[in-house]
Amino acid sequence: MSKAKKHEPLVHITKRGTLPLWHNLAIRAIGLAAALVVCAIVLYALTGLNPLKIYGAMFKGAFGSARRVWTTIREIMMLLCIGVGLAPAFKMRFWNIGGEGQVLVGGVAAAACMIYLAPNMPLAPVLLIMFVLSALAGAIWGLIPAVFKARWNTNETLFTLMMNYIALQITSFCVSKWENPYGSNTVGIINPTTNAGWFPSIFGQQYMLNVIIVMLIAVAMYLYLKYSKQGFEIAVVGESTNTARYAAINVKRVIIRTVMISGAICGIAGFIAVAGAGHTISTSTAGGRGFTAIIVAWLSKFNSFIMLGVSSLLVFLQRGASEIASQFDLNDFVSEMIKGMILFFILGSEFFINFKVHFRTARKETENK
Amino acid sequence: MSQIVSLFQAAVYFGTVILFGAVGEILAEKSGNLNLGVPGIMYMGGIAGLIAAFLYENGTANPVPAVAILVTLAAAFVMSMIGGLIYSVLTITLRANQNVTGLTLTIFGSGFANLFGGNLNKMAGGAGQISVAFTSGVYRTKIPFLSDSTGVFGEMFFFYGFLAYVAIIVALAVKWFLNRTSVGLNLRAVGENPATADAAGINVTKYKYVATCVGAGISGLGGLYYTMDYIKGTWATDGSIEKLGWLAVALVIFATWKPNRAIWGAYLFGLLSWVYYYLPGLTRSSQEIFKMLPYVVTLLVLIVVSLRRSKESQPPASLGLAYFREDR
Amino acid sequence: MEANLAVRMVNITKTFSHVVANNNITLEIRRGEILSLLGENGSGKTTLMNMLSGIYFPDSGQIYVNGEEVSIASPKDALDLHIGMIHQHFKLVDVFTAAENIILGLNEKAVLDLNGVRRAVKEICDRYGFVIDPDKKVYDMSVSEKQTLEIVKVLYRGADILILDEPTAVLTPQETEKLFAVMRNMKADGKSIVIITHKLHEVMEISDRVAVLRKGEYIGEVPTSQTNPQQLTDMMVGKATTLNIGRPEPNGLTERLIVKNLTVKDADGVKKLSNVSFTAYGGEILGIAGISGSGQRELLEAIAGLQDPEEGSSIMFIPPDKEASELVGRDPEDIYKSGVGLAFVPEDRFGMGLVGSMDLVDNIMLRSYKSGKSPIADRKHPRERANKIVEDLEVVTPGLGTPLRRLSGGNVQKILVGREIAAEPSLLMTAYAVRGLDINTSYTIYHLLNEQKAKGAAVIYVGEDLDVLLELCDRIVVLCAGRVSGIVNGRSTRKEEVGLLMTRLSGKENANE
Repeated sequence: MSKAKKHEPLVHITKRGTLPLWHNLAIRAIGLAAALVVCAIVLYALTGLNPLKIYGAMFKGAFGSARRVWTTIREIMMLLCIGVGLAPAFKMRFWNIGGEGQVLVGGVAAAACMIYLAPNMPLAPVLLIMFVLSALAGAIWGLIPAVFKARWNTNETLFTLMMNYIALQITSFCVSKWENPYGSNTVGIINPTTNAGWFPSIFGQQYMLNVIIVMLIAVAMYLYLKYSKQGFEIAVVGESTNTARYAAINVKRVIIRTVMISGAICGIAGFIAVAGAGHTISTSTAGGRGFTAIIVAWLSKFNSFIMLGVSSLLVFLQRGASEIASQFDLNDFVSEMIKGMILFFILGSEFFINFKVHFRTARKETENK
Repeated sequence: MSQIVSLFQAAVYFGTVILFGAVGEILAEKSGNLNLGVPGIMYMGGIAGLIAAFLYENGTANPVPAVAILVTLAAAFVMSMIGGLIYSVLTITLRANQNVTGLTLTIFGSGFANLFGGNLNKMAGGAGQISVAFTSGVYRTKIPFLSDSTGVFGEMFFFYGFLAYVAIIVALAVKWFLNRTSVGLNLRAVGENPATADAAGINVTKYKYVATCVGAGISGLGGLYYTMDYIKGTWATDGSIEKLGWLAVALVIFATWKPNRAIWGAYLFGLLSWVYYYLPGLTRSSQEIFKMLPYVVTLLVLIVVSLRRSKESQPPASLGLAYFREDR
Repeated sequence: MEANLAVRMVNITKTFSHVVANNNITLEIRRGEILSLLGENGSGKTTLMNMLSGIYFPDSGQIYVNGEEVSIASPKDALDLHIGMIHQHFKLVDVFTAAENIILGLNEKAVLDLNGVRRAVKEICDRYGFVIDPDKKVYDMSVSEKQTLEIVKVLYRGADILILDEPTAVLTPQETEKLFAVMRNMKADGKSIVIITHKLHEVMEISDRVAVLRKGEYIGEVPTSQTNPQQLTDMMVGKATTLNIGRPEPNGLTERLIVKNLTVKDADGVKKLSNVSFTAYGGEILGIAGISGSGQRELLEAIAGLQDPEEGSSIMFIPPDKEASELVGRDPEDIYKSGVGLAFVPEDRFGMGLVGSMDLVDNIMLRSYKSGKSPIADRKHPRERANKIVEDLEVVTPGLGTPLRRLSGGNVQKILVGREIAAEPSLLMTAYAVRGLDINTSYTIYHLLNEQKAKGAAVIYVGEDLDVLLELCDRIVVLCAGRVSGIVNGRSTRKEEVGLLMTRLSGKENANE
């Protein structure tokens, strides 16, 4: 037997059936814990801070004062809104990585309203018009790739990616049209004195309306995907277009409709970013959230409530890390790096939920008998 | 005339960055890995080269050109390969979704690079913007004699740092490798039909790893060229590498996965990206509209390819899918 | 140990999640013989051979090649041991030429030497009697050319033990004869050949020895010269069974579906059906026979609105008490909206009929979710219906909330058929409704079809087992290469007649258009 080939595979992987919930959660928790440990080490290397203190400082950065808490909430809502918007498209296996562009065109539409309409109209109708136009702009930005996907099966990943940059140039164009003061190449705060077209404070909270709108959309999306006929159609198309056609589903219509909804919600996110948060428009209004939100939606399996949790975690890390960064005179990008690392770990831990790893040691013993 | 020459040069500078990115990505995609981490990888290559140059220049009194180049090239290539390795471990071994992993890599790479790019000087105790004038100067050395003695011809074809020529050579080499060698044939099979490749005794996992990592290394040289040559040994945290990285991904489609086509495609993209600068009578805002051109052209190519459905210009058939042998 | 043993597989067991595909199987392959590995669909033949060719790795057991114990962890290991397998689904790269496919993975020379390959291929072809064009792209090849390429590829790699997985399923009789001739040449050359099949006449014609598997168990082996089809059938199915499928007389026949000049081309413009015409009546079961890939799938899909027939085709559907309507040119949504009761059990369960990741209720909903005006999907009625199907058809499932992919094939098929019948269709189409099912479940399905027939539905039954077709169907349409080669009476025809029609167009040579 010595001459025989005995290079058995050392590890052997099989697909898992179902996993008990606690097991599932435990794997995720381990992944997350590993991520946090690695991040602490990296931050320690950069700053020399005691790793335990780092998370204390991060917590302070995210929740240290009422203002910080509300800024953190605002950021969570932004990310959640885009994630919720992308969810139906991804559930349909339509790789809409154009969230960034859809947010931008929505933001541009909202900013245009703020500049041209808001000074001459009462707030409520202006906000309504902004809402509708932003949604429409985002929907159109989703419609274009959707039509090509539905009619000619044009690759939507790359199509929506290109649409991002077209949106970016449109935004640049508008910024240079609306720049204020002249020559600054930024739009600056729009209507800084009148606050026309800004979200009003509710219960004395500046960002309360953001929370209300986003949570309404999130809950509505949860119900839509879970209980509505259209939600069912999205799930079927996502699993197999052949089955969908067999079930008398008009696949083209479902693709176009779903991606328009997706784009519209991203457009609304742009509206919130402009009217409810930044009160300006720039090429960084979306700020990469369109990409991060993809990961949020994917990891949450398109469930609004899990998305809320994942968004919160990412925003907490981001805000905390940038707090540390500013303390140590580093730039904000440290939070991007941390975010990337955390996501690597979460993505990697998914494997242990879907697959089972066997080590081939037991068999040898029985053989050698 | 000088305007045209200058536009031509701008196109080549620009094209070289994305040509590296695209050729590396073609290699990865030929193995079936749609790596959307190209922008992140280019970032990582760029910053690694910059850091290496920075350390080398600060560490020696009399830097030697050849050493400067060797150190920076190696640093950029290795760091980019690490980016490719992260992607490979997650998508190939751990079977994470390729798109999501790629996007995450881009987030990570951009954060990593900009963190160091923005703070390197500060971390080292200096002040102000980082600059590696010496190494950059070596990278930007034009072809001696030919560049200034052959007039317009020389200005158009011999006016670039050596990496611009390396990019073309690498593209042609990858083309030759894919079409004329056994290993290249095997690699294409892995991307087209991993089950078949597996049955033919090809180690699918190994091929995917190597192609993706080496591809990442090549892509990363685009970032290196950008920092050393394009912006002359400095760093900019304005997200331009990310933009270029996505254009490199677009170029892969434009070239329909053929490295030789990527060469002229890259320069065409460069031309389209800079033409606004040379068109008379454009206002600052209308220039922004012209900057859309490369993206619009890519969209058109994408649409035409999907309409034509020619067997020879399709993406590798298993692109984006993880391979699991016992799937049934 | 016998000296002429090429391979010995001992106590091989392989399990997929809960299903035992191979249970403690011991099999021997001798040098210079043709061994038939016989068994019904799902008996574990392919799984067993996949472990010999390195696709799967056994859970337990040993494999000996030429007397030495080996571990075959990959197809490469198998090839190094001179074992080559020709799979049912060809493992070829579509955009490569024949020559490129042949040298794939060999790395004989760093730089490709296609001329050398051409020479070597020609030599192999001359030796065994193949014909192949080394520069032809695979996507331009016919099925039989692809198969030839697969065999040449394996021989080029020096295989001495060849495994062919149902090689004749896709071949015309002439092509099958050629293949068998080549196999005999290879055997004469000292190669060992394993042919996986469930076709008895082929077993009798080509093999020296037969090994039989049933439901993952090794049943036994016999020299071909000492056995007969009856004994083999007994071994295959367990006990000698005359089928005894009930066939009630049709009553109240009414024209239900009139297909005229139906022509369908696939995406590449290849004709899959040409000028197919027949009529299906309410109150009868109309069988569709033919070797697989003769256009059965396209026919049913065209009727269901899933194909786009060519100009001049007509499918007239005449529901009871309703106006006749033309189905050509209408998509499934359109057909659904017009309220015609059309039920369809497609061949591809999870690729078309069901969604594997969804639970029973949602899969039942697939056909009915559109009913009602509310934007909210009604899950109450589908749940009741699901419960009824589980009860009536004795579906074994942990619960209504279990994703269907976790259920066994038989249960999945029951759910699919149950759902389609529950809608009380006036036309019921089934493709391979009993494929992979055990005998009892199959009888349940036959019974359900007869029930529908009695209720006056027109039932179209696409089947592969001629015995079943002959006992179940009132009439049989025989397809050959996309054409109707005959329509016979199920009661009076003989198996040989149908078999002949399947392979020939009314006496003429099978013209491959």
